[in-house]
Amino acid sequence: MQRKLSLTQKDALIGFGLILPSLLIILGISLQPILSTLFLSVFESSRGINVERIFVGLGNYTALLSEQLFWVTIGRTLYFTFVSVGLELILGLAIAQLIHSHPPGWKFLRTSLIIPWAVPTIVNGTMWRWIYNADYGALNGLLLQLGIIDKYIPWLTKPDVAMNLVILADIWHSVPFIALILQAALATLPADLEEAAAVDGANALQRFLLIRLPLLRPAILVALVIRTVEAFRAFDLIYVITNGGPAFGTVTISYLTYLETFSFGNVGRGSALSFLISIFTLIMAFIYIRVLYRPEEN
Amino acid sequence: MKKTMRTLWQVLLVIPVVLFIYLPVAWLVISSISTRSELLSTPIHWIPQQPTFQNYINILVPGQDASEVAKTFRITLWNSLLVASSVTVIALTLGSLASYALVRLRFPFRQTMLIGILGTRMIPEISLVIPLYLFATRFGLFNSPLILIITYLSFALPFAIWLMAAFFNTIPVELEDAARIDGCNRIETLFRIILPISAPGLVSTGLFVFLTAWDEFFFALILTSTVSAKTVPVAIAEFTGRYVVDVGGMMTGGVLAAIPPVILSLIFQRYIVSGLTAGAVKG
Repeated sequence: MQRKLSLTQKDALIGFGLILPSLLIILGISLQPILSTLFLSVFESSRGINVERIFVGLGNYTALLSEQLFWVTIGRTLYFTFVSVGLELILGLAIAQLIHSHPPGWKFLRTSLIIPWAVPTIVNGTMWRWIYNADYGALNGLLLQLGIIDKYIPWLTKPDVAMNLVILADIWHSVPFIALILQAALATLPADLEEAAAVDGANALQRFLLIRLPLLRPAILVALVIRTVEAFRAFDLIYVITNGGPAFGTVTISYLTYLETFSFGNVGRGSALSFLISIFTLIMAFIYIRVLYRPEEN
Repeated sequence: MKKTMRTLWQVLLVIPVVLFIYLPVAWLVISSISTRSELLSTPIHWIPQQPTFQNYINILVPGQDASEVAKTFRITLWNSLLVASSVTVIALTLGSLASYALVRLRFPFRQTMLIGILGTRMIPEISLVIPLYLFATRFGLFNSPLILIITYLSFALPFAIWLMAAFFNTIPVELEDAARIDGCNRIETLFRIILPISAPGLVSTGLFVFLTAWDEFFFALILTSTVSAKTVPVAIAEFTGRYVVDVGGMMTGGVLAAIPPVILSLIFQRYIVSGLTAGAVKG
């Protein structure tokens, strides 16, 4: 018996057909691996990836959560995240405002911002590592010639200094990203509101805090959430600039996971760590989607 | 007078920003054309006295006496290009079809799927890499460009779906209705009407996917071991880690790895800014 499909049913069939390839790939290379990671995290397999496993339940998690190393690493990761994202937001907003005031050469400045954003992260890191070099680096050379220091300083030998210098490299890369988003948002704001406020006697600071900043809020939120998620899982820059050193002083949570899994062979612990990172990221993702995702307004 | 003062202040603010952007890049480029002895001199030679393009020649033109650094960069640049282009083509093709269905067609679980797909974009690579590594070794895909293409789709595909959804949403539904009244079915409407007018969206999405894949480091670090699959970020990171190293050669590799994304981004500047505001992220 032949039954004619209704238009809606036909649409549904075509829809599934169009989605199926993507869906299968996403299930295979995202969903399956993350469930696998969860599975691996309840075993102890400390001598490499393919050896026999011992079921330990939540043992890996409770062990991690009771270790000082874990909390020190979390603290360091949060320091990296909040300092870099905080400074990036302030500087990005300042540069966006500067561009918006249309100074001489503002178009050149806007185009220039694309460059640090587009330079690959690893190239960025390598470049800064060379600049920070203790014996031949440009930072030492420049500061010495300006008379700010009187002898070369081995910058990357102190954990705190090293961490802040990684943050500087991150700032170079990410301030342009935030500035570009915010200047685009500024360009769409209506000018008449601020003009009216000026006529009513609001000074520049009041106009900025009470009118411009609230209008920029959605764009700021997008930039903040994206950058926070990224900074929390920072790995690439640290890998090239400090290699986690000196004395593991710049090891963040992603870096610790990498070391546990691929250097020490503690696959169970590594999986538990990476699952904890996922949970944090998914919380951020939830906020991200709530902020970004708007169903079509029909 | 007041206007002049204002302009003066603005210029005083613009100059440090421009310097902060360009000085590190300038030093990268200068280091790539300096001789070894000049790079290792104190005080620093800011302007090389004997600039040389030998490092570039070593990498770009195959020669007998090219160093290990040069040979590695030549091959890994090629690997990066192969992987990033393949990922872009696959993600763009499958992603735009899925995205169209998710945005325009009505069917069960549509909303759930869209949100789920956006969610997977947020899963950190480190949470996927252990099982993917096991998979790669079991099926003999470890250290092959193919495993990088497959694993890169884990971020490229959701990303493409998301970005294309933003573009499809801006196309008026009336346009499709008109095409359907003229007798086009869904598929014809998609290929004859929607995709052609989405060309800017496809360019922008393709660009972001390519840049992200070109930039990717972590999967490549874990899933490759020799030049038969290593990408250029992995090669650069490896040379950085060694103490006695050909700094000039390394900086040249860095410049060459940065040229494709920087040039593409400058050419398609307009798309970058609109893509960023649509919620695109390339680290």
